[in-house]
Amino acid sequence: MRGMSPIVQVIARLLAGMLFLFGTYVVLHGHLTPGGGFAGGVLVAAAFILISLACGSVEQTERNSYTLSSVVESLGGVLFLSLAMAGYLAGTFFFQNAFTYGIGKPLALVSGGIILPANIAIGVKVGAGLFAMFLALGASRFVMKD
Amino acid sequence: MIELYVLLAVMLVAALVAIQIKDLLAAAVALGIVGFSVAIMFILLQAPDLAIVQIVVETITVVFFAAVILRTTNTDTTVADGLKREMVLPAVVYVTFGVIFLVFVGRAFTELPSFGSPTMLVAREYIALGLEKTGAANVVAAIILDFRGYDTLGEATVLFTAVVGVLTIMRRAGRKEQNNEGRG
Repeated sequence: MRGMSPIVQVIARLLAGMLFLFGTYVVLHGHLTPGGGFAGGVLVAAAFILISLACGSVEQTERNSYTLSSVVESLGGVLFLSLAMAGYLAGTFFFQNAFTYGIGKPLALVSGGIILPANIAIGVKVGAGLFAMFLALGASRFVMKD
Repeated sequence: MIELYVLLAVMLVAALVAIQIKDLLAAAVALGIVGFSVAIMFILLQAPDLAIVQIVVETITVVFFAAVILRTTNTDTTVADGLKREMVLPAVVYVTFGVIFLVFVGRAFTELPSFGSPTMLVAREYIALGLEKTGAANVVAAIILDFRGYDTLGEATVLFTAVVGVLTIMRRAGRKEQNNEGRG
């Protein structure tokens, strides 16, 4: 798709890194502060969408990103499911918080058992899924010509 | 509470504009007004988790709409210019059932407990024991990822289904041309 003016490109390049960083922060602190995997994942996807809207891209890059983000989205889903299955490994039931006891103390970054990895899984899934959707809907190759 | 009613009125007007205006970009902006009003309502009702999600999702949604509209078409040809004769009967039926529904909803809402006085025992236990049982300081994260993990799994499945649906509809590979019939 076509890029935008140099002013937009410079500002977008400045902002995208911070947006990505803030999204990662929201994902990682989901169990401590408001936010979580979904909101952080959308922020991460917004960073990618901002760059691809502002700076443009060629068709080959779009195709590669599309394939990669579809795969990463599925990997996030598999990670979330396997975290749910970790309850069986702990000897209990599906979605039991497998590592609550033993790791970390409350209000620390590493605490809350499977909540932190589950937030990361959801963040990866949501971010990659939204970016794949954006590529499918907005990228030049996929747009209907008529 | 008066600001909630003001926001509700704004949302109603914006929703009507979104379905009646011919310019699709303006319709997308009106839809964004509805979404951001919901975000402001969440802030006023002191639900920061939902407000954050609503703000970022609504921003991305408007960007999606704008990107698609700028690359395809800008005019909605399905919006009727005036009131046609065959639209009168559905409109009358719709308004009648709307009024009946509102009457019953109004009677039902007088039976509900007032805002901010929860009566559910399960939710009270989640709030009291969330930090102790899960180790997560944010009680919303404790509920959606620990006590109610199944709900979150369903939500993730909904998003997965949405992605699969979009990719299936918009794909080029494997799609037959219109005049190339037979194996559809």
